Amino acid sequence: MRHLILSVSLATLFMSFKPIDKTPNKAQKLKADADNGGITLPKGFGAIVVSEGVGKARHIAVSEKGDIYVRLSKLKDGKGTIILKDTNGDGKADESKGFGNFVGTGIAIGNGYLYASSDSSVSRYPMRNGIPDESKPETIVTGLELYGEHGTKSLALDDKGHLYVTFGAPSNACQEKNRTKGSKGMMPCPILDWHGGVWQFDANKKNQKHADGFRYITGIRNIVGLAWNKEQGELYGMQHGRDQLTTLYPEMYNAEQSAELPSEEFLLLKKGSDFGWPYCYHDRFQNKKILNPEYGGDTKTQGICEGKDKPIMAFPAHWAPNALMFYTGNQFPAKYKNGAFICFHGSWNRAPLKQGGYFVAFVPFGKDGKPSGDYEVFAEGFAGGSEIKQPNDAKARPMGLAQSADGSIYITDSVKGKVWRVIYQ
Amino acid sequence: MKYIITLSLLTLFLSSAVMQKNTVSKPEFANFQADSGKIIYETYCLPCHQEDGTGVPNMNPPLVNTDWVLGDSLRLINVILKGLKDTEINGDSFSNEMPSHDFLTDNQIADVLTYVRKSFGNKAGAISPEDVKKQRAKK
Repeated sequence: MRHLILSVSLATLFMSFKPIDKTPNKAQKLKADADNGGITLPKGFGAIVVSEGVGKARHIAVSEKGDIYVRLSKLKDGKGTIILKDTNGDGKADESKGFGNFVGTGIAIGNGYLYASSDSSVSRYPMRNGIPDESKPETIVTGLELYGEHGTKSLALDDKGHLYVTFGAPSNACQEKNRTKGSKGMMPCPILDWHGGVWQFDANKKNQKHADGFRYITGIRNIVGLAWNKEQGELYGMQHGRDQLTTLYPEMYNAEQSAELPSEEFLLLKKGSDFGWPYCYHDRFQNKKILNPEYGGDTKTQGICEGKDKPIMAFPAHWAPNALMFYTGNQFPAKYKNGAFICFHGSWNRAPLKQGGYFVAFVPFGKDGKPSGDYEVFAEGFAGGSEIKQPNDAKARPMGLAQSADGSIYITDSVKGKVWRVIYQ
Repeated sequence: MKYIITLSLLTLFLSSAVMQKNTVSKPEFANFQADSGKIIYETYCLPCHQEDGTGVPNMNPPLVNTDWVLGDSLRLINVILKGLKDTEINGDSFSNEMPSHDFLTDNQIADVLTYVRKSFGNKAGAISPEDVKKQRAKK
């Protein structure tokens, strides 16, 4: 009975789409690739390789029509975004076109626009008949300071007309000399004035400067996976924990401890939160924020970190959570609804021990907006081979996530830009 | 307790250094240099540039197939002494800053650079402590 109601309501949902959009009908005919494009998924799921490689992919968005927009970290034929189209409905892209002349990470569709970020700006293009008009770009945020480390600008849109942008800290732990042995942490850390946080902007106002934005949360080193949770009406992000504890403090941390500390943190970004970077890191074994050695920490002392905001979930160190997405579709089984998918791009700072990450995780969520159980491996096998000694061993690294109108999810890879579409059958 | 760990680590390093010395029957200068360079590489360089020297895409540059390693030795010595930031290498950009490693001695820098120039498939000439000393005096 339940199934019947679900099918009927799904059918109604499908019929409510404009007649021009034939994707839902075609979606029923989708067939996963025999090898799921080289990745392993839970029972009942399959994957179609949408594209074997679009370039050095970053984040991804899918329009209502099913067109796919992939941001690149390196220009391809002078273009910074690749548009993929599946015109015959078999799930595979049969058209590929460049769009926009700037590289970057962030992309989102909302308010009738396609938003895309470079490392120094956010632009948007009006959607006309479901297609962004490249000839009418509008600059929303401009003139941002360019810097290499943690300089990419992830973005998210809420449903109240706001745009959220990550301003990662151009530093590991706010030392006087970055990543230099023996260099002390600056107190207070001046980086936090303009970086190490997420800023909120007006999503519809042109030419805003950094100072026109509002520092929504602070005390983060970097957040690449940033997502608005519609059901909760809250922003969430994935913190990249600090590097090099053993390189900088070999007398306190051995290679193994340095590979396992600190946590990669799943954060509920409530307005005004302070997560403690650079003074603190999260230790998932002690389940505490610990004072960083640059600030006099000794692996146990909490000091000023006692009152800092905690993660809602802590993951093993250095896995590099580069994408976060809440699943709102109806295609997947009920347990996935409103849960979180996370791309762990994969570590480098666990060397010489073997690396970790390189998979997509799923975290079930309760109605309270917090994880209702432990994380599960959702998609793995991207890197190929059982042991990854160094990142360049990886054939693919999961980087971006998006959901389409029919409830499929899309995953990008940063090595060659392979794109998978995951379906439930 | 910490002292014991430090001491035993030191002993380990020393003994492995000695063992490496012993295994070289007729130590040619550059080979010997590269052996000691390997230990320095593993301590200070490997965390970022990785065991095979290929670095981390978008973050830490590779030490293979690059003129920065194979070419001008003075420029390479300067990277160790002064660090490097925001430099495009083989058309790719890398976000992480390389800090100065001027706390290493002239001998250590010569050893580690010689190791890097002769490892991971690289085939370039050795670097002498005298070259490092001259370059350090310039700054």
